[in-house]
Amino acid sequence: MANSHIVKAFDRELQELEGDIIRMGHLAADELENALVALRKRNPELAEQTILKDREVDQLEHQIEERAIQLIARRQPLANDLRAVVAAIKVAHELERIGDLAKNIARRVITLAQEKPPKPVKKNLKRMGKLVLAQLRGILQAYEKKDADLAVEIWRHDEEVDAAYSSLFRELLTYMMEDPRTIGLCAHLLFGARNLERIGDHVTNIAESVYYVATGERLDEHRPKGDATSRILPAYSGPLDEVDEDEDEAGGEA
Amino acid sequence: MTDRTHNRAHEARDRAEKQGASEGGAAGPNGRIDWHSPQMLARLRRRHAANRRMKFIGLAAIVLAAGLLSILVGSLLKSGLPAFRQTFITLEFDLKPELVKPQNMRRGNWRKIVKEGLLRALPEDMRKNRKLRRKVLKIVSRSAPYALRDHVMENPHLVGRIIPFDVLASDPYDQFNKGLIPEYIVRGERKRPNPKLGGPEVVRAFRVLKEQKRVHLPFNWGLFFNADSRLPEAAGLAGAIVGSFLTLLVTFLISFPTGILAAIYLEEFAPKNRFTDFVEININNLAAVPSVVFGLLGLSLFIGFFGVPRSTPLVGGMVLSLMTLPTIIIATRAALKAVPPSLREAALGVGASHHQMVFHHVLPVAMPGILTGAIIGMAQALGETAPLLLVGMNAFIPDISNMGLTEPATALPTQIYSWADSPERGFVSRTAAAILVLLGFLLAMNALAIWLRQRYSTKW
Amino acid sequence: MTENRDITIETAEAAQERAAATPAGEDKSRPTSPVCGHKCKFITRNVNVFYGEKQAIFDVSLDIPDRSVMALIGPSGCGKSTYLRCLNRMNDLIDICRVEGTFLLDGEDIYSGDIDPVLLRARVGMVFQKPNPFPKSIYENVAYGPRIHGLARDKTELDEIVETSLRKAALWDEVKDRLDAPGTGLSGGQQQRLCIARAIATRPEVILMDEPASALDPIATARIEELIDELKENYCIVIVTHSMQQAARVSDRTAFFHLGRLIEEGPTEQIFTAPREKQTQDYITGRYG
Repeated sequence: MANSHIVKAFDRELQELEGDIIRMGHLAADELENALVALRKRNPELAEQTILKDREVDQLEHQIEERAIQLIARRQPLANDLRAVVAAIKVAHELERIGDLAKNIARRVITLAQEKPPKPVKKNLKRMGKLVLAQLRGILQAYEKKDADLAVEIWRHDEEVDAAYSSLFRELLTYMMEDPRTIGLCAHLLFGARNLERIGDHVTNIAESVYYVATGERLDEHRPKGDATSRILPAYSGPLDEVDEDEDEAGGEA
Repeated sequence: MTDRTHNRAHEARDRAEKQGASEGGAAGPNGRIDWHSPQMLARLRRRHAANRRMKFIGLAAIVLAAGLLSILVGSLLKSGLPAFRQTFITLEFDLKPELVKPQNMRRGNWRKIVKEGLLRALPEDMRKNRKLRRKVLKIVSRSAPYALRDHVMENPHLVGRIIPFDVLASDPYDQFNKGLIPEYIVRGERKRPNPKLGGPEVVRAFRVLKEQKRVHLPFNWGLFFNADSRLPEAAGLAGAIVGSFLTLLVTFLISFPTGILAAIYLEEFAPKNRFTDFVEININNLAAVPSVVFGLLGLSLFIGFFGVPRSTPLVGGMVLSLMTLPTIIIATRAALKAVPPSLREAALGVGASHHQMVFHHVLPVAMPGILTGAIIGMAQALGETAPLLLVGMNAFIPDISNMGLTEPATALPTQIYSWADSPERGFVSRTAAAILVLLGFLLAMNALAIWLRQRYSTKW
Repeated sequence: MTENRDITIETAEAAQERAAATPAGEDKSRPTSPVCGHKCKFITRNVNVFYGEKQAIFDVSLDIPDRSVMALIGPSGCGKSTYLRCLNRMNDLIDICRVEGTFLLDGEDIYSGDIDPVLLRARVGMVFQKPNPFPKSIYENVAYGPRIHGLARDKTELDEIVETSLRKAALWDEVKDRLDAPGTGLSGGQQQRLCIARAIATRPEVILMDEPASALDPIATARIEELIDELKENYCIVIVTHSMQQAARVSDRTAFFHLGRLIEEGPTEQIFTAPREKQTQDYITGRYG
């Protein structure tokens, strides 16, 4: 902020609000990182811890919402302050969703503790995880600095996440077709990848909010969508003909 | 450990107190002010003492002023109040036609009728006393025969009858009756009868009249309704009151419209430039010019140049209006200035023109203030003496029947001046009484001003 | 009062031409407002105002659309009230005040000799900061304007005007039984609505409001704001306010003045969510630059 408010408490409250967001963001990022590590290392204990950590994220969301409401009620923010407060509520909500998705990945780790995923899948999954994590950490940085350019860059980068998801999708489909015994494992991994892709989408939402806070304008140019999975069909006709295309997230809870 | 820190804290506080003391009780080292240091308390005592001193001095000033005022009013009341009552003697007068001369009553021997009336009331031995017969008329006023004559002229059917009639006591006997002059004058060893009372036998005769309950002391309406006279007991303020009224009427008619219009022009319409500044300064200066100067101006300008008849309410009013004009202008301007600008804006905001704004909105609101100023100016004019003396408005007016704007007249303050100048003992209390009457008029006018302000001032 | 006008005939004509040259369409002097689609009521160009030597307004050009609310905001002494008072020539009353520039009301230059300020002020009504009813009856307060302008032929017509004006000002129901009571006896909010009724009574086209609610409590303020919202159906309203929230609540467009200059003007929603100028943002968010 170039210059500060005449009422200093207003500045302090805004800073506290944004500090909470950053803290929540890093908590969610840590959660995601732990979930991914647990997945890679097949470590159910770490996964349990991660699940517990999500509660903190949820609490922070409530705290942020409360702070934002207080701020609106007592300070009647306008212009950039108003945008910042509204964005804070929105970003907190996105981060909470990210936390939920990370938690979901951790749950799958517990289920899959005894299974051993195929190496290439593991590698690709790790790569995608890193990418999403970097996006998340990056957007937090952009948020902290109100950096519209960085936000746009991260927003564009989501294409990569989508592409990684598409290729993982293809790969897992292939495995499942090759060996129906791996279907359970692969389905779980597929949903894990799906969660990562969703986290990427939430990151782009945050990027849009950051851009709006920083510039006052909507980032409404069309974002190139890299997720082509909706158009992918297995080039195999047989018992898998009736593959359920409905990607219901709740189905992941196996 | 805790003990030691506690001790250290204690020491620190002691040190702070000492330091504070050396700095005259100001801030200690950590910015804390010791509100209970001896210096602080001493200073507080000094400040309270100064407060009390100031209050006492102010109160003393008020007591002094009130004291002086009460001495003034008290002495006026003391010498003036007796004049509000007047000694009358009720006697029976035998209106014998040969003395009355009904064909031409003015030529009647009224003195004799009065004298006989007096003697009738006295016992046989006194009636025969030659010395007394010569001097008995000293008891009644010299105006008594004329009063009786006027009464009979108004009621001619009384001729030939014996009628009871109240006649004024003479000034010495009026004073004597009120106990203001003694029967004997004591100078060292010598004690001699008061010469003003005409001798012991006359005093005795008066005592007899008093025993017969013929002597009354009623309220002195004559003070208000009688014209001026050389005889104190018969002198009244009617001429002066009428003269003052006529003078003030002229003053009001000239200065009120002129003053208000001048003030409105200066305040609302005149451009603010050097010329209007100059006019304004001069008006303020005019208000401070001694009134004698206005009198001289009136004398040379109105009487000398324009030929206005001297001694008249017309010229007096003109002179006084010169004097009142600045007061009215200043008061009116102040009243106009006091009208809130929001009211002017409101009027202009709906499209009122400038003069509509002034006459529809500003003036009605300012009116109580303007009237107050005008009345105070009038009161000032009522009490003004010097300019009236200069234009000769201290004429002797023994008859108020032909008073007019262009007839010679007198006014209250000049009447007071004339009476104060008269040698007769009776005029001393008459003068004080006249002053009280004048003060009464002034008070009434100021009360009217206050009432107007209270009644018509707009609440915002 | 002397008219302190410095627009020479040449500049006024030039401004007329300029104004006539810029917008296209059948009514050349009244371009359509970009916000509400209504015509512009006021077009002001290159306004400079001086108090003696001191310049209070610097080269302000502002268009005010009809049938909408324009809010003027800015810190104290920024010239917003001065600008407002130029619109009905109230500044004429200040001897040392000099106004330059073009003010077109429906294409007519209000500072030209053709329009008398007395009639202009009936067409461009004004409501002031402090409620200032005349110290007369409620009826007289409203009837005064129509009476001096001769807007009513007889008593019945005048009664009608008074009633309609009071109804429009949302005050009729509260005062209809005591029209003879003094206007100064009403509550602050009622007094201000009475002043609005008084302004409406001369059937103005424009109503100028100089901080109309700054002396009122929140409930009375809300009433006034509701009234403004209703009035904008028929009038062009220009309101000066110190309360940003009030400007945000009542206005369609907002203009931000700072140190005598017009910094930014735009749709209210844009000014209060995403102002273009940093000065505007600093002011409305309570920062000081």
